[in-house]
Amino acid sequence: MTGVAGTWLIRGAALPGGQRADLRLRDGVIAEAGARLAAAGAQVLDADGLIALPGLVDLHTHLREPGREDAETIETGTRAAALGGYTAVHAMANTEPVADTAGVVEQVWRLGREAGHCDVQPVGAVTLGLGGQRLAELGAMADSAARVRVFSDDGRCVSDPLLMRRALEYVKAFDGVIAQHAQEPRLTEGAQMNEGEVSGRLGLAGWPAVAEEAIIARDCLLAAHVGSALHVCHVSTAGSVEIIRWAKAKGWRVTAEVTPHHLLLTDELAEGYDPVYKVNPPLRTAADVAGLRQGLADGTIDCVATDHAPHPVEAKDTEWAGAAFGMTGLEIALRAVQQAMVETGLLDWAAVADRMSVRPATIGRLSGHGVLPATGAPANLTLYDPAAAPEPVDPATHASRSRNTPFRGVALPGQVVATFLRGTATVLDGKLAS
Amino acid sequence: MNRHLLSAADLSRDDALLILDTADELARMSDRPIKKLPTLRGRTVVNLFFEDSTRTRISFEAAAKRLSADVINFSVKGSSVAKGESLKDTALTLEAMGADAVVIRHDASGAPHRLAGWIRGHVVNAGDGMHEHPTQALLDAFTIRRRLGRASGLDGVRVTIVGDVLHSRVARSNVALLNILGAEVTLVAPPTLVPVAVGSWPCEISYDLDAVLPKSDVIMMLRVQQERMTAAYFPSVREYSRRYGLDTGRMGMLPEHAIVMHPGPMNRGVEIAAEVADSPRSTIVEQVANGVSVRMAVLYLLLGGADLLGGADLRGKPRDAKASMENKESMVNR
Repeated sequence: MTGVAGTWLIRGAALPGGQRADLRLRDGVIAEAGARLAAAGAQVLDADGLIALPGLVDLHTHLREPGREDAETIETGTRAAALGGYTAVHAMANTEPVADTAGVVEQVWRLGREAGHCDVQPVGAVTLGLGGQRLAELGAMADSAARVRVFSDDGRCVSDPLLMRRALEYVKAFDGVIAQHAQEPRLTEGAQMNEGEVSGRLGLAGWPAVAEEAIIARDCLLAAHVGSALHVCHVSTAGSVEIIRWAKAKGWRVTAEVTPHHLLLTDELAEGYDPVYKVNPPLRTAADVAGLRQGLADGTIDCVATDHAPHPVEAKDTEWAGAAFGMTGLEIALRAVQQAMVETGLLDWAAVADRMSVRPATIGRLSGHGVLPATGAPANLTLYDPAAAPEPVDPATHASRSRNTPFRGVALPGQVVATFLRGTATVLDGKLAS
Repeated sequence: MNRHLLSAADLSRDDALLILDTADELARMSDRPIKKLPTLRGRTVVNLFFEDSTRTRISFEAAAKRLSADVINFSVKGSSVAKGESLKDTALTLEAMGADAVVIRHDASGAPHRLAGWIRGHVVNAGDGMHEHPTQALLDAFTIRRRLGRASGLDGVRVTIVGDVLHSRVARSNVALLNILGAEVTLVAPPTLVPVAVGSWPCEISYDLDAVLPKSDVIMMLRVQQERMTAAYFPSVREYSRRYGLDTGRMGMLPEHAIVMHPGPMNRGVEIAAEVADSPRSTIVEQVANGVSVRMAVLYLLLGGADLLGGADLRGKPRDAKASMENKESMVNR
């Protein structure tokens, strides 16, 4: 087991609601929460000025193992997650082999347990081999030791409307959710970046907003028709937010996520043709960023998910069209959210706890995560210093095996000081605990 | 001048005029019996072509050779995205061979920008994907200037560009450069073949060729690729030709002085009728000749700078006999 176990006393942390408390962590839970608790032999962590968030939960992580261990492994990816304040991540299914059987999801789950930096909850593929033709054995994955509840062909869209309908219906048997990568394939053939003013000028094939919005609208209607749960991955356009707002107003079971990069970056970054800014769905316009922030603020978008997509150097050290899509995100997500949402006054820390821990845990059907710090709650905690001076992001210091962050050199506020997984410190003083 | 020529949009009006004036001067020299100048002796220009383009490659090759540069042609077959040596490794190989300038043609937009970040030599964009083809725009501006008898910029000249603007690097470079030089540009195309956000471009858009013809001093026809039809950009070649092709009837609607341009290679009978392509108004063959002069000017200005030819000399006096002698030597050395 990694990390520093034993009894911990966290002194003077600010809870998400604003009140200050001492927290005693023992036997995996918060044994006591209150004022001026006695040390009584516990290791003491002075949390003056720090916020105690429930351990962050990521609904959308690419850990790349099995198959692309040159980009990331479960060990390196979960280290990165812990350093970013995460206590649970959902590992996407587009590995090699694809996580479309009970065997693969159990392997991923077990490797996560062994690494011990955070919980790894596998996501199962919706269709065999992500092929979009036949359903994978969703029930077998649900019944496996990994207890899969979230299913996604992420990276590919389940574009066949009949197959999507069946998948939504089928997972009702075990309270599953289909997480859709909304991308109409015909409208995005060869697409390289957001279709708009910049793509027209740069001569890069466009990825129109409507290709995302049309699928989201269709899927909301399908989810309503069969009474099932739809989760929309990495929402990237203002129009998508409007459609989801409408679906939620109808009372349909639709949830959605947004990435840190879509909350901060726009398509103009493609100007220099540096593929570190190439991502799917693509960076959009300032109006979209504003719409996404508003949607996250008012709860239309339920949560922030990183879509952490590590790639080896050579996958980005190329011409734009030849480069891989994707950006890393685990280690900067909370800082990016502070920058985009807290500094702008759109979210307070209670709402950050909601969008980065409580709601993603609920959507992922994860027990033991996403519980606000209080006596008896699981001791999954992130201690965060929002007042840490903004530091430029330096990917060379990242624990991820890959370096493809679009925030290189960008000063972001805040620092994750410590992370606790069931009472064991996985991160202390901003470094991996051992 | 910038260090590289990546995009016509990067040029200032002064840069563009300097290139055109230099090309004028060099064109005059090429009328003399010995066409070669010693200017770039000992310098190496690499033509790095990832797409087949014999025309552009030999134009750059002729330009570099007339300036006495050593020329290496490096053609890479197949798509860049296909597996094989990466663009970066190719670039580093050329760098190690001592390339002073790399002329790159690539099917990926922005490849020249990436190359410029990896090598020390100068990079000239000879066409990148759907992005830009700046020397084509320069030779087009050069041709317009000569034909319409303009001394400096193209202020007030009405240029109509017709065809597949969406996929055309020629159109992008021309819109940028013509705007920099003061021309008024109108794009004519079926709505499927212009970018959705074309409204932000510094030009007018029309779907009606006949309405625009009488108001055009220059009409530039773009090549239309027949495979666009299968992607539903237009229903058939016949319909495209009927609505957007330049035939003799339409040529008759142009003002008396108007010229007809095409960057080549042409689809005779599709976007342009043979009678139009071969008419006295057509500048198509001139464009090819002017291409060499303009590319000489670009290589000269990027690689030689003003000092190699003594700056002001270039703009006025012809080269002296001594230079011609050196020139002969370098020819022997080839």
